Amino acid sequence: MSKPLKQIHLAAHFPGVNNTTVWSDPSAGSHIEFSSFVEFAQIAERAKFDFLFLAEGLRLREQGGKIYDLDVVGRPDTFTVLAALAAVTDRLGLTGTINSTFNEPYEVARQFASLDHLSAGRAAWNVVTSWDAFTGENFRRGGFLPQEERYSRAKEFLATAHELFDSWHGDEILADQETGHFLREAKAGAFEHRGQHFDIQGQFNVPRSPQGRPVIFQAGDSEEGREFAASSADAIFSRHATLKEGQAFYRDVKDRLVRYGRDRDQLLILPAATFVLGDTEAEAQETAREVRRLQVSGATALKHLEFVWNRDLSSYDPDGPLPDVEPDLGEHTVARGRAQVRMYRDPLAIVREWREKAEANNWSIRDLVIETGNRQSFVGTPETVAAEIDELVQADASDGFILVPHITPGGLAPFADKVVPLLQERGVFRTEYAGTTLRDHLGIHHPDAESRNERVAS
Amino acid sequence: MTTPAPLHLAVALDGTGWHPASWRTENARPHALLTAPYWQDLITEAEHGLLDFVTIEDGLGLQSSHLTDPDDRTDQVRGRLDAVLVAARIAPRTRHIGIVPTAITTHTEPFHLSKALATLDYVSTGRAGVRVQISAKPHEAAHFGRRKIDPLPDGDYNSPAGQEAVRGLFDEAADYVEAVRRLWDSWEDDAEIRDVATGRFVDRDKLHYVDFEGEHFSVKGPSITPRPPQGQPIVTALGHASIPYRLIARSADVGYVTPHDADQARAVLAEIRAEQAAAGRADDTLHVFGDLVVFLDDEPGAARARRERLDALAGEPYTSDARIFAGTPAELADLLQELQAPGLTGFRLRPAVVADDLPAITRSLVPELQRRAAFRTSYEADTLRGLLGLPRPASRYATASA
Ligand SMILES: Cc1cc2nc3c(=O)[nH]c(=O)nc-3n(C[C@H](O)[C@H](O)[C@H](O)COP(=O)(O)O)c2cc1C
Repeated sequence: MSKPLKQIHLAAHFPGVNNTTVWSDPSAGSHIEFSSFVEFAQIAERAKFDFLFLAEGLRLREQGGKIYDLDVVGRPDTFTVLAALAAVTDRLGLTGTINSTFNEPYEVARQFASLDHLSAGRAAWNVVTSWDAFTGENFRRGGFLPQEERYSRAKEFLATAHELFDSWHGDEILADQETGHFLREAKAGAFEHRGQHFDIQGQFNVPRSPQGRPVIFQAGDSEEGREFAASSADAIFSRHATLKEGQAFYRDVKDRLVRYGRDRDQLLILPAATFVLGDTEAEAQETAREVRRLQVSGATALKHLEFVWNRDLSSYDPDGPLPDVEPDLGEHTVARGRAQVRMYRDPLAIVREWREKAEANNWSIRDLVIETGNRQSFVGTPETVAAEIDELVQADASDGFILVPHITPGGLAPFADKVVPLLQERGVFRTEYAGTTLRDHLGIHHPDAESRNERVAS
Repeated sequence: MTTPAPLHLAVALDGTGWHPASWRTENARPHALLTAPYWQDLITEAEHGLLDFVTIEDGLGLQSSHLTDPDDRTDQVRGRLDAVLVAARIAPRTRHIGIVPTAITTHTEPFHLSKALATLDYVSTGRAGVRVQISAKPHEAAHFGRRKIDPLPDGDYNSPAGQEAVRGLFDEAADYVEAVRRLWDSWEDDAEIRDVATGRFVDRDKLHYVDFEGEHFSVKGPSITPRPPQGQPIVTALGHASIPYRLIARSADVGYVTPHDADQARAVLAEIRAEQAAAGRADDTLHVFGDLVVFLDDEPGAARARRERLDALAGEPYTSDARIFAGTPAELADLLQELQAPGLTGFRLRPAVVADDLPAITRSLVPELQRRAAFRTSYEADTLRGLLGLPRPASRYATASA
């Protein structure tokens, strides 16, 4: 008896501030104008994707004390774009990355509950925990946290938000025009939370939303991040899109679920992935090489090295050998406001590895960055890409992928038109939406039922 | 009789309407209040009437019949959605009308609001505004737990003691608006250059730190969202006394005031214009709109009878900070022109019952005003600034670096 095929989940990540976007391509459109978001979302919905994804950054990146100017800079407000997209789509889930350090639970819970109402049940929240003082300078608390506290605040933030979402059970509004009873009881939405980070009480003013609560994503990769996800998230946005790394991450995180009394299928693992398609394998490889060269100019390559070296490397020749100086291991001061800085936890080891690779292959600085940085996840013909995605999912390297195209906004269309039909033929991707909410698409339970049952039981 | 200058007209949307029993009227749709189609229908109706803009009320607590404290009532509409998100949800399906959600300055972050409104301006292609409001409500402060707000001395905002108590919150609101406007200006219009030759996406000399330092907060900047289509979305505020008038005079593009007759309107306008001059803005266009609650019926006497029926359902007569009008569209047009004479440039009408009074505004009042050449007959601009005759401001930083 063969195992039933796993169904693949697919999402579309509107490229934000990063160097995946080839903004110099003549077909690249605006990453700010709403028409770009509409086009992108409608391609994703046409292809029956689970959801659209937006990342977040709350301060413009700087390098060497100046605003970084080589990649796409600037992005619109997440909640506002997602609410507007709800007007031009019907089924597509709407996932927004919202930080738990520079926000307050009452406000964020209110915004997500509102988004869930306004989209008829399609809202999801990717909880991120960036904590730095650099970003904090934009906020009224001057608010930043010691790194050790980022997840303790995030956990309590999410728990508090859940208390607010659950403060309405869904049956409080009578709106009985005859008797004049609008509310069943005056204390609708009452809550009280007394904790380490939040000491709040009162009444939440958004009644229960269609999904009960938005779907919860997590995107941190540290030990604490994985525990947070295992305890509290419905899905993880990871960066491990290859077979081995993916399987290791998948196993690691799913094993953690038991500790929290959860089943292995209660947490979906969805890595970020890029793709390049061609009519032949060779053509796809060639295009992928071109895209990499467009993504990584000489100047970009030097800036990329500065994330690791934490030094000004502007005097080096990007077409020459790697810098002969050692990285500065002090506090990172050269590049600021960029998640990637934190990706390189052991700069000395990275530098050693890169030097070895560069020497063995006779790579310049730019070659090295092109060869080692952000390689495209899927390169091939629609057939080979569909097969690879299917294999990765069936082999439990992931439950699907969050795809980020390198052209905004049209770059998703080739995948939607050529790869999705092949996945559908394989019987591993939906041909129609089975339900209306994002929870329906992801196959995760609606918490309404749960809280109603709890009420009945109590 | 000389033809009066054309009026500007806005409607203030709040639940099923401003009368607390409005939800009990036949067409009120109280079960639909938390859905997008409900709001879409209202704003489409307002746009049908060529109105300048709609405002969307909001609050960081449950609605209450009490000014500053929660009540325990179960007979009125309770619960609402975030106004900025409602605005964003309806913007793509309209074309001309301005959309002005309420935002509370006391507990929110200027950085977050500035990018939300800039984005509302993008999704509406130039039709965004905001109505800024303070919260002097102790129970709303307890929803955030960051600061304590004391109860008002005598439970009334508008008394001298009440005004004194909220002075700090209004000063903070003025700082807030300043920080938000600087963030909108922090990207010059042409900062995105996509210069393939040099590999630079932006010209960083056209991005600016706003370095706002106030008593309650500081903001570094620049914004993460490029300068919105209108340069700066419009800022509006409601005022009933000197301290909020000063906020209007210093910080707003449109102020809402609540005179009950032409003499009061004259006095309020004089105060605001003096403050405006004192703030060095004498040459800027600052609209001052009169706020009115309206019951409108074509049939003489019908509006008053409707008001009485609703008061009976509510169990008490409805009172308001604004003048409550009940009558025919022609009578309302007369009143608007009378109040306009001292210098109000428009009105924000609060429909007592949205289901009845909003269509009465768009289908009866507007044609009546058009007959009097006192209101537009088609949308003459694509942006809210255009409709209000407000110029698109240059970024303050552009001149500095030019
Ligand atoms: C795939 C992925 C995507 C992320 N996207 C964002 C983002 O959009 N905004 C952000 O502030 N942080 C983002 N992060 C950072 C984290 O969510 C996290 O808050 C930070 O890395 C600290 O947590 P950690 O130490 O557990 O990784 C992302 C992380 C990963 C792995």
